[in-house]
Order: sequence, then C-alpha cells, then structure tokens
Amino acid sequence: MSANGQQHDVRTQLRNPLKRARGLGSAQSGVGHWWTQRVTAAALVFLALWFVVTVLSMLHADYATAHSIVAKPWNAVLLVAFVLTVCWHAVLGLQIVIEDYVHTRWKEVALLVLVKFIAVLGTLATLMAVLHVALGA
Amino acid sequence: MADTQRPLSPHMGIYRWQVQMVTSIVHRATGIALSVGTLLVLWGVFSLAHGEDSYNQFKTCIGSPIGLVLMFGWTWALFYHLCNGIRHLIQDGGMGYAIPQFVRSSWLAIVGSIVLTIIVWAYVLMSGGAA
Repeated sequence: MSANGQQHDVRTQLRNPLKRARGLGSAQSGVGHWWTQRVTAAALVFLALWFVVTVLSMLHADYATAHSIVAKPWNAVLLVAFVLTVCWHAVLGLQIVIEDYVHTRWKEVALLVLVKFIAVLGTLATLMAVLHVALGA
Repeated sequence: MADTQRPLSPHMGIYRWQVQMVTSIVHRATGIALSVGTLLVLWGVFSLAHGEDSYNQFKTCIGSPIGLVLMFGWTWALFYHLCNGIRHLIQDGGMGYAIPQFVRSSWLAIVGSIVLTIIVWAYVLMSGGAA
C-alpha cells in the first residue's frame, strides 16, 4: 500500500463519528420518522375519540341511518382523516417492530414493502368508499 | 465470543417482571392488533358503500359471538394504546422519567384503558346490546 493510501485510511479512522451524524445523520432522513410518528399520534388522540363516539352513535342504526351519518360532510372528512392518519401511524410503528424483530434481510424488506402497499391500498379504498357514500352514486 | 469476562446482555429469564416492561411490550402488541383491526373499519365503510345487504352482513358478523369478542378486544387495545400513547407523548416532552413516576404512569395507563373499555361496553349493554 502506498504512503498516500495509508494516510487516507488513518484519516478515515480518526474522523469523529459526529461528522457523519451531523445534520440529517447517516440515513439522511434525520428525525423525520420519529417526529411524524408523534404528530400522527397527537392527531389520533382526537380522531380516535371522535371515531369511538361516532361508532357508538351508530350502534342500532339501520342501513339508511348509518349511510346518512357517514354521508354528513364533517363525518366523511373526519373518517377519511382518521383512516389516513391511522394507516400512516401504523406504517411507521410496524416499520420499527419489523426492523427490531425480523433479522433476515430479504424477509425484513419484503414485509416493510408489503405493509406499505396494504396501507396505501387501504387508505385509497376507504377514501373511495367514503366518497361513494358521501357524494352518492 | 470474547474471552473476557465482560457482563453479557442478560437473557429475558433473569429479569423480574415489572410493570414498565409490560406496558412497553403491550404497547407494541396492541399497535399490531390495531393495525389489523383497521381492516375492519375498511370493511365497514365498504359494506356501507356497497348496499344494504352487505351492510347487514357486516352487522351480523361483528354482532356474532366471535365478532363481539374481537370488538371487545379491539376496544381495549385502542384505549390502551391511546392511554399509553399519551403517556409516551408526555415522556417525549421530557417529563415523568423518575422511576416512581414512570411506574405510576404505567399503572395509570392500564387502569385508564380498563375504565374506558368498561364505560364503552356499559353504554353498549345499556342501549340494548351490540349490533
């Protein structure tokens, strides 16, 4: 190995790890995951309580009543907001669980992608169904 | 493995069970359960969009014995994840890290989730049962 190369290796070894961690860190996404999980959690405190109260109000509702409750503009908006936020929060949470416990790389990646696919499809499907109910067709 | 007599990361078996461990593990477990439960919300909205027959089928399913047990489980899971989630948000704000506070807030989340579940199902029973 040349003198130059050795010098380069030594410099890499002595580089403070903080240099790579500064700013957005080595993963280049910073605290985005952590912060988004907290923001969706805070939103869900309110949305989940609204959801429970709304479901309880539909306990003995026949089809027409239930349909008209979901069709109310605010209920339709909050229902979409609830499912969107739940799916977002679930993707972030399940990602941590999968990364912690699934140690075979290909299974880990496959599960992470599968969870995202299901969440996106579920959100879009709910959006379509709520629009169908709210706008009538 | 290293020859040195460094302490190794202990196996789960040597830990005495503490409430903080339970709340942490159950938070993850209820999170996974609620993720699956979200599909039920999707089914419900879908049945409503699909028509009266689908909606009645959906109501019959969640009103069946297995359906009711699942609904009861999901009610508690939701309230537990909610209570313990609020606890975690407070801790993220830098509060409640002293061990006695940590233990107390753990119990508060457990008791709170049970109380809220009982309130909801008492309401269901008083209004003449589910579905």
